[in-house]
Amino acid sequence: MAETNCKYEWPAAGDRHLIGTRISRIDGPAKASGRAKYTLDVNLPGMLFGKCLRSPYAHVKITAVDTSAAEKMPGVKAVRVIQGPGKEIQWAGDEIVEVAAASEEAAEDAVRAVKVEYQQLPFLVNEADFDKDKSAGRTKPAAELKVGDADKAFADPEVVSYEGEYGIPVMVHCCLEPHGHVVEWVGPQSIRTFSSTQGVSAVPGQFAEALSIPANNVETICRYIGGGFGSKFQMDRWGLSTAQLAKDAKKPVKYLLDRDAELEVAGCRPSGFVKVKVGAKKDGTLVAWQSDCWGTGGPSPSGVLPIPYVLDIPNRTRRHTFILTNIGPARAWRAPNHPQAAALTMTAVDDLAAKLNMDPLQMLMKNADLASENRGKVYKEELQKAAELSEWSKYWHPRGDKASGHIKRGLGVSMHTWGGRGHNSNCQITIQPDGSVTAELGSQDLGTGTRTVIAIVAAETLGLPVEAVTVKIGDSHYPYDGPSGGSTTVGGVSASTRRASVDALQQVLAAVAPGLGVPADQLVAVGGKIQAKGDASKSISWKQACRKLGVKSVQTHGKNPGQCSLGSSGVGGVGVADVSVDTETGQVKINRMVAVQDCGLIIDLKTAESQCYGALIMGVSYGLFEEKLMDNATGRMLNPNMEFYKIAGIGDVGELKVHMMTGPGYDERGVIGLGEPPVISPGAAISNAVANAIGVRVPNLPFTPDKVLAALAKGGMA
Amino acid sequence: MKKEKLRSRKKEEGNEGFNRRDFLKGAGVAVSGGILAGETQAVAQAAEETSGVQGPGETPVTLRVNGETKHLNIEPRVTLLDALRDRLDTTGAKRVCDRATCGACTMLVDDRPVYGCTVLAIEAQGHEVTTIEHFSQGGKLHPMMQAFVDHDAQQCGFCTPGFVMACIAFLKTHHNPTLEDVEKGLGGNLCRCGTYEGIRHAVLQAAKTMTAEKEGGLANG
Repeated sequence: MAETNCKYEWPAAGDRHLIGTRISRIDGPAKASGRAKYTLDVNLPGMLFGKCLRSPYAHVKITAVDTSAAEKMPGVKAVRVIQGPGKEIQWAGDEIVEVAAASEEAAEDAVRAVKVEYQQLPFLVNEADFDKDKSAGRTKPAAELKVGDADKAFADPEVVSYEGEYGIPVMVHCCLEPHGHVVEWVGPQSIRTFSSTQGVSAVPGQFAEALSIPANNVETICRYIGGGFGSKFQMDRWGLSTAQLAKDAKKPVKYLLDRDAELEVAGCRPSGFVKVKVGAKKDGTLVAWQSDCWGTGGPSPSGVLPIPYVLDIPNRTRRHTFILTNIGPARAWRAPNHPQAAALTMTAVDDLAAKLNMDPLQMLMKNADLASENRGKVYKEELQKAAELSEWSKYWHPRGDKASGHIKRGLGVSMHTWGGRGHNSNCQITIQPDGSVTAELGSQDLGTGTRTVIAIVAAETLGLPVEAVTVKIGDSHYPYDGPSGGSTTVGGVSASTRRASVDALQQVLAAVAPGLGVPADQLVAVGGKIQAKGDASKSISWKQACRKLGVKSVQTHGKNPGQCSLGSSGVGGVGVADVSVDTETGQVKINRMVAVQDCGLIIDLKTAESQCYGALIMGVSYGLFEEKLMDNATGRMLNPNMEFYKIAGIGDVGELKVHMMTGPGYDERGVIGLGEPPVISPGAAISNAVANAIGVRVPNLPFTPDKVLAALAKGGMA
Repeated sequence: MKKEKLRSRKKEEGNEGFNRRDFLKGAGVAVSGGILAGETQAVAQAAEETSGVQGPGETPVTLRVNGETKHLNIEPRVTLLDALRDRLDTTGAKRVCDRATCGACTMLVDDRPVYGCTVLAIEAQGHEVTTIEHFSQGGKLHPMMQAFVDHDAQQCGFCTPGFVMACIAFLKTHHNPTLEDVEKGLGGNLCRCGTYEGIRHAVLQAAKTMTAEKEGGLANG
């Protein structure tokens, strides 16, 4: 790293006792035993239950709302009109009225008693047919990207080109714990919220602004969160109405979305469809790309898909058009825009490789140096590793499995990138004279292992076992920490915890130096002791050392960013899928999924690998099953439940192989985020594997039997 | 919404149970009683014993939960899951799909796994309800819970209690399961974070630990 001999630097490889090893998550027992309390589990004395009346129509104007009957019903304590007459509703499931009642049943009855009149307006809920959408005046073009001269490059007689169409539909987050809050007023201008949120330190400001109360009067608590995946950064409209109902009723109110609302309104990943032309020299060197892309993220423009993805093809033109629809608002979904970009790029490159009679893995290898930030070398190492783990040379074959029978096997590959620089973080370390150590951060653990990472860093620095550190997160009263998005948490909390721990240790060393007769800078903390460097005979136990602090506890504050670079940004990764396709039924079965991933210095190898396993599984899920199906007749989501919005089950995922790139060349980059990148490649890799198996491209994800059979019937490039 | 009666009994005794996808394939949304008739017999019988019109208002209900007797006044439409979570602050079982798809609310009724979201509390009267809280009393983790910790079979942890309960029930009828058995037998529970890799290992480990403990116990006894 840039600065040398900085006191905060990560320990050298030989001096690491915990960092980089496999350590079980410290909140594992609380979760496995069911004792971890999530927002949905909070029950306060006298608490009321909220329920919401939601629009049954995709696009309407509200003309009348009558809550009088609901207000008189038994058990009903407060009723709030969230959107009243004159308001235009842009998606089915949008909030209209929320009620608070003594029981969920009473609240449900009250919602049913509310009468609303609507004026119907035209709606659009499907965007796959671009030309039709254009004519409906529902499009908004984004700025065009033009690098080099694609037309000229395609015109070169030495260039072979391929034109294809690909797509990936809207899907939803389907967090198992729905969005929502429990809100109680603890004073005339003060509230406490229990919120299912990815931003414990950010939510108080949102409530404060909306309720016109001081932000310091809002405490937000989220000890455990049942999934977020990018969809839980906001207080949301229902958060505000829940707080208002609690004020009206003078009692705490709990409102978390029912499952149908969770799937209809609380998270969708924008779609992407593309007509693309990609060209390479006969040796496979990519030279030209031209794409017309469109997609929807609901009523407002969503992100432009970064295509061509990873590979900065020298001559490239990209047009993107947003289709504005009434499907509900988009939210960030694990690596926003990247899974779509991979599914629209790696597929086209794969088809071009087939046309050139090239092995697609070799084609990516050949073009890896087109990756930005000089990441070509990393990709080549990762492609090599992925080839080994997937037994590529044994199972890959030219397009179309020629084996007899109706089960066809194929392999596909994709690669991806992500940033992941550590966010703003503040850690307070307290060491008491009895030796106990606490780390406090206003952060949250989405299940990625944030608590465990903090404990490992503090314990490593102080020479203690992981169990010796108490980690307190999930409360906005702890020092500010950034929201968990963009894979920024591990870089943030590990750096702030390191800095705070190093400073805290220095104070302990200073206290014991005179007694040991060794200068403080010649002392180290290791194995539960403070000892002289290279002389274990001069040592004192951690507990005895802390007693030297007298009656004073040590309290230090570490920040990120701060002195010494402890992390960086920018990772690569490769995914391989190995599938079998039944050409009679159209069923795609996963044999094996491979993830090879770098993320700089790994703090906890066990939870890091879990992120990759989970990403592969989520990738199988959106690759094979997931789609927000909208009904053109009613404008509503057809599958707002978990039997028809399918997510992968334990028998659907095949064998999973994960390899983390570590050691020289990786560790010295410091800590980089990991939660998102490995989920990017699986969709594209599965698409390519299916094409490799059956000899034709199934253009759109997810690869359900109907789509596979349709592609087989249509035929195409063999 | 009216809750359908007891369509949630999900694991057939003595075989692999049914996989969620097979289940949907065979039954569609409107689950036919036939598939599950054998399993529901016991509870259906109990429901008959307490037959007579109840509700629509609140009615006294007595539940046996983790060995304790609990008295409630609730409407007949209240599910066992909601009675436990909303009235008894027993929140280990989670409400996720609320219609017998995801298994997050898996609990035991008379030692057999059910989806608590699709059993009415009044139907559970006269039966022993066991929730995940029962298996870590005194702070000691059940071997299945320990296996989940050891194999990192959890991320956000929201599906975990249901999965742990399904696994405990699964091992009651599968003492030495294969990987294929595990994948079939646990097809009735869903995870969003993607923890199946750890769960597969955890179940196989717990099967070994529990068999060893049982044999050790016999040898010592």
